[in-house]
Amino acid sequence: MNGARRLAAKLAPPVLGLTTLVLAIILIQILIEAGRINRFVVPLPTQIAASFGRVIAEENVLGRFLLTAGEALAAGVLLTVVGIGLGVLLYRFRLLRLACETWVAALASAPLVLMYPLFLVIFGRSALTMVMIGFVAALPPVILKTIEGLAGTRRVLIDVGRSFKLTQAQQFWKILFPAALPSMFVGIRLGLIFALINVVGVEFLINFGGLGQLINELAERYDLPGTYAAICFVVLVSVCFFAVTGWIERWLRPAD
Amino acid sequence: MKPAGPILVVEDIVKRFDTPDGALTAIDRVSFDVAPGEFLAVIGPSGCGKSTLFNVIGGLIDGYQGRVSVAGETVRGPHAALGMVFQEESTFPWRTVIENVAFPLEIAGVAKAERIERARHFVALVGLAGFERRYPAELSGGMRQRVSMARTLASEPKILLMDEPFAALDEQTRLLLGDKVLQIQQELKQTTLLITHNITEAVQLSDRILVMTYRPGRVKRVVSIDLPRPRTSEIVSSDAFGHYVAQIWSDLREEATRGMQDAEAHSRRERATP
Repeated sequence: MNGARRLAAKLAPPVLGLTTLVLAIILIQILIEAGRINRFVVPLPTQIAASFGRVIAEENVLGRFLLTAGEALAAGVLLTVVGIGLGVLLYRFRLLRLACETWVAALASAPLVLMYPLFLVIFGRSALTMVMIGFVAALPPVILKTIEGLAGTRRVLIDVGRSFKLTQAQQFWKILFPAALPSMFVGIRLGLIFALINVVGVEFLINFGGLGQLINELAERYDLPGTYAAICFVVLVSVCFFAVTGWIERWLRPAD
Repeated sequence: MKPAGPILVVEDIVKRFDTPDGALTAIDRVSFDVAPGEFLAVIGPSGCGKSTLFNVIGGLIDGYQGRVSVAGETVRGPHAALGMVFQEESTFPWRTVIENVAFPLEIAGVAKAERIERARHFVALVGLAGFERRYPAELSGGMRQRVSMARTLASEPKILLMDEPFAALDEQTRLLLGDKVLQIQQELKQTTLLITHNITEAVQLSDRILVMTYRPGRVKRVVSIDLPRPRTSEIVSSDAFGHYVAQIWSDLREEATRGMQDAEAHSRRERATP
């Protein structure tokens, strides 16, 4: 009985989420069919669903999906390594932190995607441009959340480490790092979203590469159901990233 | 046979802090010693510098006058012979009970199988056998404090320093955990220094009680507790226990009143400041 209740409690959130999504889609379908939403702006969900097979077969979606996901993943790996590294550095050196933190925060709200011509000049019309713009644009949240996580480590945990005579390296790896992990992961997730948006955005703007280019091409052809289907694949990339980061976080901190 | 000398000696400790209102003397010429296997409690009102004294002895703060020595060796910074149990909940939330308790052994480089085996002993000692695989979030406050205590005991310190470890717990749990502490002390013959503001707890557990004055913290009186051992929490209903509690309260009352008046005056000054 307890097991059944636990299973029900575990399944309830995803079931509720999916049901809400399905209901929202049905509502949009009804509103479009009733003429409340212009079907030349938003196609019928059934038309979008029907276009999936065509887009997959004719537009090399798998290849484009892998290219966009790969670019965003490369940016993600870079921003995790560099972002956490810089966050640790700024946490460790107070003067550096006081000097730079405001600039990093300002960078977080700057529309860096508009600097794509500069990146094109430096890195050329290549996947490297997408990776670098995704990386640079997504770096601030990782740095800021790393600093927040490390600075938020409870004083008593640090004192426990000191009382056991931990070295600086042990203090970091055994206490500060695991204590800051949840905050770091929030930063990484935000960073991956920023990176994906910028990668797809630049692909769209320069009509080059993966899903962003596909969305551009389908929109140019005025193939709205196909455009929305392609957007669904971008969402799928994001879902995959969330699932993977969630899995890594649970592996690193099973208690949470 | 010559009696063993003190294992912990605290000599003329003075600690001052700089505050916006000028230098504040937290503790002033505090001296005492602790014999091997002895249970000494330091009691005083809030603001008497108990936690400062805990941190000085534990080597967590410096910049003080005087000397702290363990078995003749001067303490400069954290010392392997001193195991600290903190007032605040201090288990590592990302580690299971057994991993928490095995932590000092892991730092000491003990092989995994051996450290788990040894940690299991200390988990059982604090009465948490069966909870080894649980995370702190799955335990009550009292159980988490016992995990902290087991973790400190696992490092096998010569002296156990405890800073109001049960302050956040209710009175009944506190009495029962006191029993557990008495049992552990009996079993390990563990030299213990307990910092507390709870008179009942101090009398229940200690061989001697050092009563401190309100700011600056000085030693006001040392009271020897001549209650039979082994003890349990049942001792709290005895006449002798009541006598000690009354005696210590008569010493503390004046200090606690001074502390309360000082806090009220400070609060009035804060309100008057625009």
